[in-house]
Amino acid sequence: MSTEQILTVKDLKKYFKTTRGIVKAVDDVSFSVIKNETFGLVGESGSGKSTVGHVIMGIYGPTAGSITFMGKDISKSVGKRPKELKKRLQIVFQDPASSLNPRRTIAQILELPFKVHHLAPDGNYAEKAFEMMDLIELPREFAARYPGEQGGGEKQAVAIGRALATGPSFIVLDEPTSALDVSIQAKIINMLMRFQKEFDLSYLFITHNLSLMRNVAQRVGIMYLGKIVELAGTPEFFSNPLHPYTKMLLSAIPVITPEEEALKPEKIMSTGEIAGALNIPLGCSFHPRCPFAMDTCSKVVPSIIEYKRGHHVACHLYPSAGNSQ
Amino acid sequence: MKGAVFRKGPDYGKSWHKFSNNYLSQVGLGVVALVAVIAIFAPYMAPYPSNAGFFVNYPEAHEPPNWIHIFGTDQFGRDVLSRIMFGFRYSLMMAVVVLSLVVPLGVVLGLVAGYYRGGKVDMVVMRCADIFLAVPPLVLALSICSVLTPSVFNAMMAVSLMWWPWYTRLVYSISSSLRNEAFVQAAEIAGASPFHIIFREILPNCLGPILTKITLDAGWVILIGASLSFVGLGAQPPIPDLGTMVSDGANFLPEQWWVSLFPALAIVLVILGFNLLGDGVRDLFAAETV
Amino acid sequence: MAEQLLDVKDLHVYFKVYEGLLKVLNGVFLNVGAKEKVGIIGESGCGKTTTMKAIMRILAANAIVAGGTIAYRGSDVLQVGMQDLMRLRRTSMSMIFQDPTAALNPVFKVGEQLEDIVRYSEFISHTPTKQEVRTKAVDLLKSAALPEPERILDSYPFQLSGGMRQRVCIAMSLASAKDLLIADEPGTSLDVTIEDQIMRELKQIVEDRGLSVILISHSIGAVKGFVTKLYVMYAGTMVEEAPTDELFSNPVHPYTQNLLKAVPKLTGGGVPEGIAGRIPSYLTIGDGCRFASRCMSAKESCQAHAPPAFDIGNGHRVACFHYGDI
Repeated sequence: MSTEQILTVKDLKKYFKTTRGIVKAVDDVSFSVIKNETFGLVGESGSGKSTVGHVIMGIYGPTAGSITFMGKDISKSVGKRPKELKKRLQIVFQDPASSLNPRRTIAQILELPFKVHHLAPDGNYAEKAFEMMDLIELPREFAARYPGEQGGGEKQAVAIGRALATGPSFIVLDEPTSALDVSIQAKIINMLMRFQKEFDLSYLFITHNLSLMRNVAQRVGIMYLGKIVELAGTPEFFSNPLHPYTKMLLSAIPVITPEEEALKPEKIMSTGEIAGALNIPLGCSFHPRCPFAMDTCSKVVPSIIEYKRGHHVACHLYPSAGNSQ
Repeated sequence: MKGAVFRKGPDYGKSWHKFSNNYLSQVGLGVVALVAVIAIFAPYMAPYPSNAGFFVNYPEAHEPPNWIHIFGTDQFGRDVLSRIMFGFRYSLMMAVVVLSLVVPLGVVLGLVAGYYRGGKVDMVVMRCADIFLAVPPLVLALSICSVLTPSVFNAMMAVSLMWWPWYTRLVYSISSSLRNEAFVQAAEIAGASPFHIIFREILPNCLGPILTKITLDAGWVILIGASLSFVGLGAQPPIPDLGTMVSDGANFLPEQWWVSLFPALAIVLVILGFNLLGDGVRDLFAAETV
Repeated sequence: MAEQLLDVKDLHVYFKVYEGLLKVLNGVFLNVGAKEKVGIIGESGCGKTTTMKAIMRILAANAIVAGGTIAYRGSDVLQVGMQDLMRLRRTSMSMIFQDPTAALNPVFKVGEQLEDIVRYSEFISHTPTKQEVRTKAVDLLKSAALPEPERILDSYPFQLSGGMRQRVCIAMSLASAKDLLIADEPGTSLDVTIEDQIMRELKQIVEDRGLSVILISHSIGAVKGFVTKLYVMYAGTMVEEAPTDELFSNPVHPYTQNLLKAVPKLTGGGVPEGIAGRIPSYLTIGDGCRFASRCMSAKESCQAHAPPAFDIGNGHRVACFHYGDI
């Protein structure tokens, strides 16, 4: 696999001003996505993972920090981005019911990206839409239907088709299967994996489903309240989790086979509530819930260090690089 | 294979079923249809079409309702029923003209203000709307009409001027909330122009409330128009406007009650019809529950 | 054998819509004993919530119960009069819904809503004083593992987090659930760590009070640690019933097998295969086995009749013609 970085996020911050204070949705996040890999971003509500995806797509402009795509800086909101860029970067949203306009037919939805970028040489956008429907395995008769008449899996397939229309190289997948049933989820994920190989795609896969992540991502980053607390290659991440939050999350996943049960780390009972984004605790934001909290944890924010090769963690339990290499 | 292939039309049977959820909607539809037919074919349907304009027939003045004049005659001997039938023309014309002006303007302003929510456009448009909405509607219409020469045309202009903000407000609330929906973001990310997003993505989602409001408003516009005529600021005699007829006949109450009463009932009928129809239109667009 | 608290037999529920008749439930069976914890797993649209609504008789106006019986403590819930039904709802069974935000009225304080329920369910013999009601409400919140119950009673739902709202809903259901608690996907709208906590707490509460539970979920793992008996539902039919361990170690119905295979595993193993085909439409569904169109091992005869539940020992039942014949 190549090591060329297709997308790099550096010191990214996104703060929202609300009437009740400043919400630090994303606070100093840095990572890269390598060409053709699936990079997983995991977290619960309030972690900021979706916001990272949205800032990368330009739905919001960043408060600080930079986003570099294929060598060029793209840290602007979508209104200010060149049209050419919009072909390269696409997103699939979580809820297919709200990401498809209920008052437009499937054909109209799929035709739009082709029309905007003038991708049909003879002006035959309908044909392009049909070809896309074939690709996402949707019968052509569905073209005149409205999203409301489709099941969740089919809607999400349309959302994926829409994202693929312009021939992007990078797709942000924001919880693409969280709203779907397990049997449909498998179908959609398989489709995404196939397309990745076929069209040379790189994915930023955002989800809270660690079992799914285990099987689709090559590297995983876990976020808590706006910061990345651990980042590692997938096998390493699951066999040697370092951060207490990672361990808590892994312990909490419901699993069904005894082998998976055995794989789970020492059971850390999850306690307490996820702090509201307005009252982020001082020091390490996880310390109120952490069973290993020490004195420094409530005072000093831990910085992220490379504890082992390719394995980064931000925790006072690991103040400096451990067994090197 | 360009364009519309596999495009199935709307399911009319199902739409009718939704509309007729409450049988009164059908009654409303019937009333409005009847009024429209009468208005259009008044010259052919009215028993005494000449009575509609300038006409005097003093020997038959103030006749109570009888077989020759079903609703009686007024102080000039004119047949009340015929005048009511022609009066429907002015009522419906008022509704059609005012709404044709107000709806496109108000809706477009609301869509644009909602799309650019938080910006200068939003502020300018909505504050203008607020100003117009702050003045009691009838007062505004009255002041405008009394400054200009009273006529049907000026009454329509006055009513239009005070009506547009309602549509702007309605559409603004929908547009600004849809602005942040995923499908709008997806369209932006795909590179769609603001024109496309406003008119092709957001507008279709506003149609239900807009159409419902238009139907209900028709009744209200007719009422305001009649009120203006009632105080003498709208249609001028001898135009058989329903409001003018009510006010003329008021002088002869309670002895010659029919001269005022029947035009008033006609106004009630028209408004009731539109209200019931509006309920049906609202049901038509209501979300389906399984 | 534990006394039967709830015994649903051969339930058929249809919905009348403009396009015709939606034949949703087709011969659903379910039984729950006293103090027994039972789970129902199935995907969206399979009829789990419809079955629960039928049990509590809160089905929509266009629903038709076309057959079957729901025996609750001996009497048929479908036949009882309104008075008896309301008494059952007040004092015996209760339900927790999926989305706690939607289940709580946003314009009333939590205390007002909870106290309403307390007054309605707990105090039947005499009219309570304000203090009695409040004390009882605080007790309920405490048993639902909520810290600072007094403060919560005075809060509005929007001031609480998702987990706390769900605990409030649990407290509300405890007021009227003396025998049976129905939990409809209680953890679905919550974060994983919070869901884990809530389910542990709920298990403790249920065991302390000796309640029977019907737990519905589309998350198979969440159900596993909680219930002793599992039902698998597909397209309005119960396809398999077994004690929990038995079901996971020996799934027998093709749908169950595929479903368990489709869950991504923490141990790796790549992305699982989905199940080919789609859930059939309830409008046009035939009389045969409802899974036949997607089943790898379907025979001709599977399309003809709906398979009844065949007993294969160990408390394990399966509705599939490979395990029996009519």
